[in-house]
Amino acid sequence: MFDFLEGYDLLGAFWVTVQLAVYSALGSLIWGTLLAGMKVSPVPLMRGFATAYVNVIRNIPLTVIIVFSSLGLFQTLNIQLGASDFTDINFRLAVLALVVYTSAFVCEALRSGINTVPVGQAEAARALGLSFTQVLRLIILPQAFRSVVNPLANVLIALTKNTTVAAAIGVAEAAYLMKGMIEKEAQLILISAVFAFGFICLTLPTGLILGWVSKKVAVKR
Amino acid sequence: MSGVSVTKAAEDAVPAANDLVVLSNVNKHFGALHVLQDIDLTIARGEVVVVIGPSGSGKSTLCRTINRLETIDSGAISIDGKPLPQEGKELARLRADVGMVFQSFNLFAHKTVLENVMLGQLKVRKADKTAAEEKARSLLDRVGVATQADKYPSQLSGGQQQRVAIARALAMDPKVMLFDEPTSALDPEMINEVLEVMQQLARDGMTMVVVTHEMGFARSAANRVVFMADGKIVEEAAPDQFFSNPRSDRAKDFLSKILHH
Repeated sequence: MFDFLEGYDLLGAFWVTVQLAVYSALGSLIWGTLLAGMKVSPVPLMRGFATAYVNVIRNIPLTVIIVFSSLGLFQTLNIQLGASDFTDINFRLAVLALVVYTSAFVCEALRSGINTVPVGQAEAARALGLSFTQVLRLIILPQAFRSVVNPLANVLIALTKNTTVAAAIGVAEAAYLMKGMIEKEAQLILISAVFAFGFICLTLPTGLILGWVSKKVAVKR
Repeated sequence: MSGVSVTKAAEDAVPAANDLVVLSNVNKHFGALHVLQDIDLTIARGEVVVVIGPSGSGKSTLCRTINRLETIDSGAISIDGKPLPQEGKELARLRADVGMVFQSFNLFAHKTVLENVMLGQLKVRKADKTAAEEKARSLLDRVGVATQADKYPSQLSGGQQQRVAIARALAMDPKVMLFDEPTSALDPEMINEVLEVMQQLARDGMTMVVVTHEMGFARSAANRVVFMADGKIVEEAAPDQFFSNPRSDRAKDFLSKILHH
C-alpha cells in the first residue's frame, strides 16, 4: 500500500523541517524577547521601533517575506548569510525570514505575559537598586515567560507548520518533497495523509509537553 | 583662636550632617488632584518618624517620593546630602541605600525566601555568594522566619512574607527604611509579629519613615508623629503630645474617630 514511498527520502525531508523549526524557534525567541524588552522600555525610540516592527511584520503574509528574502536579499542585494551553495543559502534565508516573522508573535505573547506580572514586583526590584535591564532580566521576564508557555506553544506549532512556506524558495523540507511526489505519483490522498501525519507527529507532542511544562512552572501568587 | 573657629565650624556642620532625608517644598499632582502640597519634612539620622492621616491624605505618596517610585512636580528631596537624581544608574545606587517595605509585601514570586533576601546583595552589592547566603540566613533568623528559607513566598502567611520583605530590605544595609502601610494587608493576628520586628529595628537605631494606621506603634516607637490631611502636613509633634493634646482641629477630629472605640 505504501510502495509509492520507495525512493523518496521522507525522513530526510522532515529532518530539514525540524531543523528549520528549531533554528527559527531559537532565533525568534531571542529576537522576540528583545522586542518585548524594547516595548516596555522607558526609551520612546525603542518603544516606537518595537511597536512599528510588530505592526508591520505581523500584517505581511509569510510567503511575501520569504520570497522577498530570496528575491530581494539574495538575488538583488547578493546577501548570502555566509553560505556558499544554494541549499545552504536558501535554508539560511528561510530561517531569517521565519525569525523575522515569528518574533513579532513571540513579542506580543511575551508582552501579554509581562502584563500579568504585578507592578509591585518591578517596584520592589527597583527599590532594591536594580537597574532597568536587571529588573527586566531577573524579575519581570522570568515570571512573564512562565505565564506564557501555552501561548508560546501555539506560536511554536504555527512556526513548525509555517516552515512549509520555505518550499517556495526551494528549501527541500517536507512540503517541497510532497509537491514533488504529487507530481510523480498517483496516490494523492495517501501522500497528503502521510505528510499530514508527519506534521502531527511533530506538533502534537510539542503542544502536550509544553502544556505540561506550563503547569509545572506556573508562578503561584 | 583657631581652635575656637574649628569647633564652631564643626558645630555648624553637625545638624546638616545629621539630617538624613530632607524634603523641601515638595509638590505633586495626580491629574487635577494636588496630592502633595508644599511638603517640608526633615528626618534626622536614627529618627523614627511615623506618618499618619486619613486615607487619600497623600501619606503613601509622600513615602514613595523619597526613593522616587513617585516623581515629584516641584521641590527638592535629598538623602544623606545628595539630591535625588533622574532615573538611571545613580538613582539605582541611591535606592540601594533606601530600604522599602510595601503594603502588599511584593516578594519576588518566582524566587525562594532565601533567594529574595540574597538577590540585592548579589546583583547590586556584588557580594560573594557564601557571604550573601550567610547574611540572608542571619537576617531571616533575626525576623523569625529562618525555618522558611527554602519555601516560596506564596507558601508563607502574610505576616511571614512581610517579615521576609523587611529582611530583604535590611540585607542592603540601608541608611533609612521606608514602610508604606506594612501591616494594612495583614490579618489582625499577624500584625503584632511584624510590628515587633519594626520595634526592634527602631530600638537598634535604624532611621525609619513609617506610614501606618497602627497608633499603638506610633505611640511606642516613634520619635515624632507627622499628621497629614488633604496633601498637607497639618501637625508634627512628639507622640505623647500629639495623642494627648493635638493642636489642630483636623487632628482632633481624626483622633476622636479612631481612638474612641
